[in-house]
Amino acid sequence: MSMSANAKTTAKLLTLAVGMLGFALFIMPPLYDAFCEITGLNGKTGDRYEAVPAAVDTERTVKVQFVASNNENMPWKFTPGVVEMKVHPGEAVDTVFLAYNPTDRDMVGQAIPSLVPFKAASYFHKTECFCFNQQALAAGESAELGLRFIVDPDLPAGVNTITLSYTLFDVTERIAKQANNKNTDSEREG
Amino acid sequence: MAHGPKPGFTRWLYTTNHKDIGSMYLWFSFAMFLLGGCMALVIRAELFQPGLQIVQPEFFNQMTTMHGLIMVFGAVMPAFVGLANWMVPMMIGAPDMALPRMNNWSFWILPFAFAMLASTLFMEGGAPNFGWTFYAPLSTEYAPPSVTFFIFSIHIMGASSIMGAINIVATILNMRAPGMTLMKMPLFVWTWLITAYLLIAVMPVLAGVVTMMLMDIHFGTSFFSAAGGGDPVLFQHVFWFFGHPEVYIMILPAFGIVSAIIPTFARKPLFGYSSMVYATASIAFLSFIVWAHHMFTVGMPIAGELFFMYATMLIAVPTGVKVFNWVTTMFRGSMTFETPMLFSIAFVILFTLGGFSGLMLAIAPADFQYHDTYFVVAHFHYVLVPGAIFSITAGVYYWLPKWTGNMYNETMGKVHFWMAFVGLNVTFFPMHFVGLAGMPRRIPDYALQFADFNQIASVGAFLFGAAQIVFLFNVIRTVKGGKKATDEVWENPEGLEWSVPSPAPYHTFSTPPVVR
Repeated sequence: MSMSANAKTTAKLLTLAVGMLGFALFIMPPLYDAFCEITGLNGKTGDRYEAVPAAVDTERTVKVQFVASNNENMPWKFTPGVVEMKVHPGEAVDTVFLAYNPTDRDMVGQAIPSLVPFKAASYFHKTECFCFNQQALAAGESAELGLRFIVDPDLPAGVNTITLSYTLFDVTERIAKQANNKNTDSEREG
Repeated sequence: MAHGPKPGFTRWLYTTNHKDIGSMYLWFSFAMFLLGGCMALVIRAELFQPGLQIVQPEFFNQMTTMHGLIMVFGAVMPAFVGLANWMVPMMIGAPDMALPRMNNWSFWILPFAFAMLASTLFMEGGAPNFGWTFYAPLSTEYAPPSVTFFIFSIHIMGASSIMGAINIVATILNMRAPGMTLMKMPLFVWTWLITAYLLIAVMPVLAGVVTMMLMDIHFGTSFFSAAGGGDPVLFQHVFWFFGHPEVYIMILPAFGIVSAIIPTFARKPLFGYSSMVYATASIAFLSFIVWAHHMFTVGMPIAGELFFMYATMLIAVPTGVKVFNWVTTMFRGSMTFETPMLFSIAFVILFTLGGFSGLMLAIAPADFQYHDTYFVVAHFHYVLVPGAIFSITAGVYYWLPKWTGNMYNETMGKVHFWMAFVGLNVTFFPMHFVGLAGMPRRIPDYALQFADFNQIASVGAFLFGAAQIVFLFNVIRTVKGGKKATDEVWENPEGLEWSVPSPAPYHTFSTPPVVR
């Protein structure tokens, strides 16, 4: 028996509705990330960069500034080792950020980078960065967090200053929650 | 075959009749309108004077949030669905909606959704307090525990809207009387057809965004949490991808209602019928590509600002076509000013005014000044109150004699209109001024220099609220009795709904009418 006209219309429209739900949940977030990565829109810098040997452009000097700030409720002391440095595009530069956990409990932090101007975001490569991992600091512990970066020689002309800012988030509870979830999962399996 | 409704209360629980369900939608939305209106009055009472008088800031924020949510999802949207239930089958010569049982279900889940939403007011930590736009991370990391109930109630409302919209599309596409071609359909049917598509396209996006919030809050994902690699700005993009079509969902059926009323009382056919249809479709299409004009200040590249600015301004063109057509319909007509016509004329004038402030907000560089001020509040209340509320009111007065068989009291109707018209302008017009002077929205206390205008606005709000009591009284009186209405009700109105007796029998068009 063939479907009635109403059943056909309903089936089509339901498909559209389910499709739009899928679009919102599974397509929009990755699309947004891809869009931001291409345009550098939200100042996010890329993941670990595999250094390729490139000529150092000693003709050009770019000022790189470092900013460190804490998200609300993050009690750590978090500062850049140097506030500002002058680098040549193409050279690998090392610097550090300093973190100190003044509380009496063990905590985990996660630094999230953001870079301005946005158009420079895809020309700022990090070969090593503490922001690739979470940082665990015991009560009263302090650490030097390393960063090694290369400014791409193709950096658009006119960009003479790059400001890289890190916001440090307290992810202690988030990590604990995830660990708990994993434990209960393995208990269920076991 | 002719049998009436079931006796007793179960009639309303089990009914699959489009007229019963339409009435229930309308009464439900009026109840929500009063509830949301009381919340607005709490807001206005608190803002009568600077300083904190009546409520605490935490409760004030809950009031602004709940007022917005209840008015948008509880008052305006169900009212339009109720009108569609009543009128669409009667306008296209169909015996009922295409999917009557789903119709029952899509109504009856609504009271539960709103009971759940309203119950959050009594929960520990209070009701949602993050604004009706529920931006993350306010609505995720910093939300009260009741946010989970809010999320589920949004899911249910979304399901109800989607089912209602599917039903309306199926009815319009499959149930038209022979001879009722698409381009012969009344504009109310056309605007609802387009609105229903918008609903089906964007309500799932709303469901998606609250689902992502749910995952972020309870399941450790970080769609909107920067700490986990997400981005709060993503929330705004997804929300407004739903939100902008949503504002047209709340206005397109209104266009249909006034396009039915104005020709009747101007005693001239509607000017530019087909251009009205195309304009509605263009507005619906454009609504999908302008969402970021709500977020000019988040830090967009200049190309984005320009694109969204020009696309937004483009909407003024089809809207202008519509306003032109309504004015031209009235031009040299033999106009009379019964209550539905008064509300419709006020709609045309005040909606245009709200459109102009919308154009001001569309100018990206100027928006940096207006963003999140009372100017925005003035703008969207000028498009929603005279836009959605006035048109629904006009529609109720226009079709009430057909529904009940009795004429409403014209004097009381006019009193209602003038109280509402004056109240609305006294409430919202001063908000333009305080907004331009820099008063931020969603604050319980404000700087002294805004006091006078806020006092005026509060007085207007209570007048507007009182007007609705007159409306309620008039409707109840008409339902109970009054002067009998003729089958035509008005002078030569156009449309199949006037060819059935007044009150409309429980079953209409069991045999399809002949459409010439």
